[in-house]
Amino acid sequence: MSKEYEMVIGLEVHVELATKTKIFCGCSTAFGGAPNTHTCPVCTGMPGSLPVLNRQVVEYAMAVGLAAHCSITRHCKFDRKNYFYPDNPQNYQISQLYLPICRNGGVEIETSAGKKTVRIHEIHMEEDAGKLIHDEWGDCSLVDYNRSGVPLIEIVSEPDMRSAEEVIAYLEKLRMMIQYLGASDCKLNEGSMRADVNLSVRELGAKEFGTRTEMKNLNSFKAIARAIENEKNRQIDLLEDGEKVVQETRRWDDLKEYSYAMRSKEDAQDYRYFPEPDLVPLVISQEWVEEVKSRQPEFQEEKMERYKKEYGLPEYDARILTGSKYLADFFEDAVKLCKKPKKVSNWLMGETMRLLKEREMEPDDIHFSPENLARLIDLTEEGSINGTVAKEVFEKIFDEDIDPVSYVEKQGLKTVNDAEELRTTIAQVIQDNPQSVADYRNGKEKAIGFLVGQTMKAMKGKANPGMVNQILKELL
Amino acid sequence: MKEIRNLTALQLAEKIKRREISVAEGVLASLEQINSAESRINSYVTLDEEGALEQAARIQKQIDSGELTGPLAGVPAAIKDNLCTEGMRTTCSSKILANFVPPYTAEAVRNLKKAGAVILGKTNMDEFAMGSTTETSAFGITRNPWNLNHVPGGSSGGSCAAVAAGECFFALGSDTGGSIRQPASFCGVTGLKPTYGTVSRYGLVAYGSSLDQIGPVAKDVSDCAAVLEAIASYDRKDSTSLNREDTDFAAALKDDVRGMKIGIPRDYLGEGLESEVKSAVLTAAQALEKKGAYVEEFDLSLAEYAIPAYYVIACAEASSNLARFDGVKYGYRSKEYEGLHQMYKKSRSEGFGPEVKRRIMLGSFVLSSGYYDAYYLKALRTKALIKQAFDRAFEKYDIILGPAAPTTAPEIGKSLQDPLKMYLGDIYTVSVNLAGLPAMTLPCGLDAKGLPIGLQLIGDCFQEKKILQAAYAYEQTREWKSCPALEEQGTEGFEKERAMKIASEQEAGA
Repeated sequence: MSKEYEMVIGLEVHVELATKTKIFCGCSTAFGGAPNTHTCPVCTGMPGSLPVLNRQVVEYAMAVGLAAHCSITRHCKFDRKNYFYPDNPQNYQISQLYLPICRNGGVEIETSAGKKTVRIHEIHMEEDAGKLIHDEWGDCSLVDYNRSGVPLIEIVSEPDMRSAEEVIAYLEKLRMMIQYLGASDCKLNEGSMRADVNLSVRELGAKEFGTRTEMKNLNSFKAIARAIENEKNRQIDLLEDGEKVVQETRRWDDLKEYSYAMRSKEDAQDYRYFPEPDLVPLVISQEWVEEVKSRQPEFQEEKMERYKKEYGLPEYDARILTGSKYLADFFEDAVKLCKKPKKVSNWLMGETMRLLKEREMEPDDIHFSPENLARLIDLTEEGSINGTVAKEVFEKIFDEDIDPVSYVEKQGLKTVNDAEELRTTIAQVIQDNPQSVADYRNGKEKAIGFLVGQTMKAMKGKANPGMVNQILKELL
Repeated sequence: MKEIRNLTALQLAEKIKRREISVAEGVLASLEQINSAESRINSYVTLDEEGALEQAARIQKQIDSGELTGPLAGVPAAIKDNLCTEGMRTTCSSKILANFVPPYTAEAVRNLKKAGAVILGKTNMDEFAMGSTTETSAFGITRNPWNLNHVPGGSSGGSCAAVAAGECFFALGSDTGGSIRQPASFCGVTGLKPTYGTVSRYGLVAYGSSLDQIGPVAKDVSDCAAVLEAIASYDRKDSTSLNREDTDFAAALKDDVRGMKIGIPRDYLGEGLESEVKSAVLTAAQALEKKGAYVEEFDLSLAEYAIPAYYVIACAEASSNLARFDGVKYGYRSKEYEGLHQMYKKSRSEGFGPEVKRRIMLGSFVLSSGYYDAYYLKALRTKALIKQAFDRAFEKYDIILGPAAPTTAPEIGKSLQDPLKMYLGDIYTVSVNLAGLPAMTLPCGLDAKGLPIGLQLIGDCFQEKKILQAAYAYEQTREWKSCPALEEQGTEGFEKERAMKIASEQEAGA
């Protein structure tokens, strides 16, 4: 390859909002109901039905827009996007084309190349479609409208990204921001966050953009990174061979690690957008904007600074803990209960991370309660259990969310702090291990470790290690 | 029974209240007339005799117990077939919805039921309310009770013909570009299109959403006011619904127009207006003047732009509103097809009639990229200018008076030969919808052929009361034969047509 190329990438990110009801009717958005049970005349496109806008959708869209430094369109409107498909019961989608709710924002990302801002062109509100199920045995297709009318926002970036790393950083930033707002759980694998990648390549230093393609069906960060590398190489190969990149929509197959063309620009539909006549223009007052602004939560950067200052946590720990809203909330809940931020941080950064990795889980998959972690910390702090026992109990908490107090009680794991009992056991250990005793007395300091171990073994791990050390030294 | 049939809705309700007539007797009077006239008129697409009698028994009990006391309690009514009725098929007079039974009832119909009206059935209309003659129905044409060789107008032709023929005491229609006012005028009945947002559109199968309004078709002005009062309501289910506190329309019925300023647009008296219609309308204006109103002619302007703007906007919205009729979820699906695309294409090609297809194509065209600005946006701007022209007029006048249509009812079969000419017949009605204004038509005479002429009164937004007051005052001056002499007209030949209609319905899978 003689020439140097660079990628130009822009993203269209769909996020399913965490409202209880749909965007234009009162049906539940709950996942997994029996087909067509969360439906009504509105979300199944019955003749004569009319949409009514869910206020919470507007608030979430505004909150995300404000967090992304967008300006809020004070007079915004909905438009109809017309296309025929059976998952779309009215054969038009209510969306926003001409006056989207948020415009001209940006988020800051940090990669190995440094800090940069990815500009956001717009954020608009729209409704999700139903789901088609193809019955291969029955030679027919069925449609489930439970998802029809679930609220979405689409976040459209400017073509500001130049690498897969920047794309992932941007998506992680968006995800964290939206999770902090509670506007969505943003799970790529479950489809509550979906990213379409618009990508073109050009010679390094060129001013003009190349012809772009749009990549769909990207269900994980890994898939996105793979698809970007693959598409970049495909386009460069075409250009190197003197061919042209065709403007088209492509579908990524992550198993086969390749993409195929779905439709070209020539087949692109004319969506015949026009203002939705069944909804009145949405007027957003300055007070409403202020109200939403005042309810914005503390985002990662601020939280990180606070953790460093208020709890004295190192930068690294603070960053990991605030890297997931769920983890940060968990941390704060546990701290509130046991008042020992460093201890809580240690458990989360150490054992929790180790077990998450071992079990191939994400921080958001943690299912034990802050209460039980706080109780465990209290138990160790008051000397009721020693470190070894604590780790053993923690694993039980991690897997089964047991109450450590009653567990320690039932299993008889309480540390023995009774000096007399320890003295008797240690005397026995000294008697049973004359060689080690002799080694120690001959100056082999390390030999004491063996004797401590033997004592702990005899005490079934429940001895207070500090006291064991002290008594051993005394008796020797 | 004839005596009962000739009562107005309010008169009947009064007699029911006084126990002079039972609810069932009122229903039976309508049913008897339906039995004798339907083979000639064909006002109804669906008739629910059994259901009507059941409702009558229930409502009678509620009246007897004092639970129902309203001015329409016990009165039999008909509903245009584009208003959803739970459990009763709602066809929009289209093959594509011939077997559609809605799972819910339109808000306006619910309001009527709450008021104690008995729903007799669903009335015929132009398919999806697209037409001015009720000839585009898939369930056969409706005939004008005044002369069976003429159309009743449209699209609410079934509702207006049913009221005129005494087949019900009042009816609901819908008006997108004159669909209540024009047929009311052709059938010699009284019809009102309220201010946009006054009656909830929830459950009205949409044609042009930004223009559609439901309104009453009745025998006189008082009935019209009572029905409007019953159906007007703020409805959260319709985002364009208005929360009005001035819906006590009956209070406006005063025989007094002293000092009322009435303007007659010169634009409405020009070329194309039949001289008989013109003179009847001007005579009506003089009658109001005699009663103390101040009447003058003025230039409204922009009238010639109303029709193109209306057809662009209405068809654009219709092309999208009617996209849902695709054979997937409900309604007609072609018997044979291969694959999704063909299923769509064949179901829609076979299910829609030619006028509906014409308007869907027109609407799709004006929304297409490259044409949107030139047609749709321009039409929206024209709409705004027309509203401004009315605003200026209402700075000077309380009411605008004019004809409802340039002619009386045309002969059957003449209008659809030249659709463009038919569209031009909407010239006096469509601007009212574009501006969202209230307007009503009421009879003001007969032409030489014995066909009714309609007077149109237009008010500013929320000024239904002014219109009703002027209409009521005019009505007091009028010598009016409220019912056509249906008995004098022959029955020959109509049985055959009736049989053909039933056959075509069976074919449609109804």
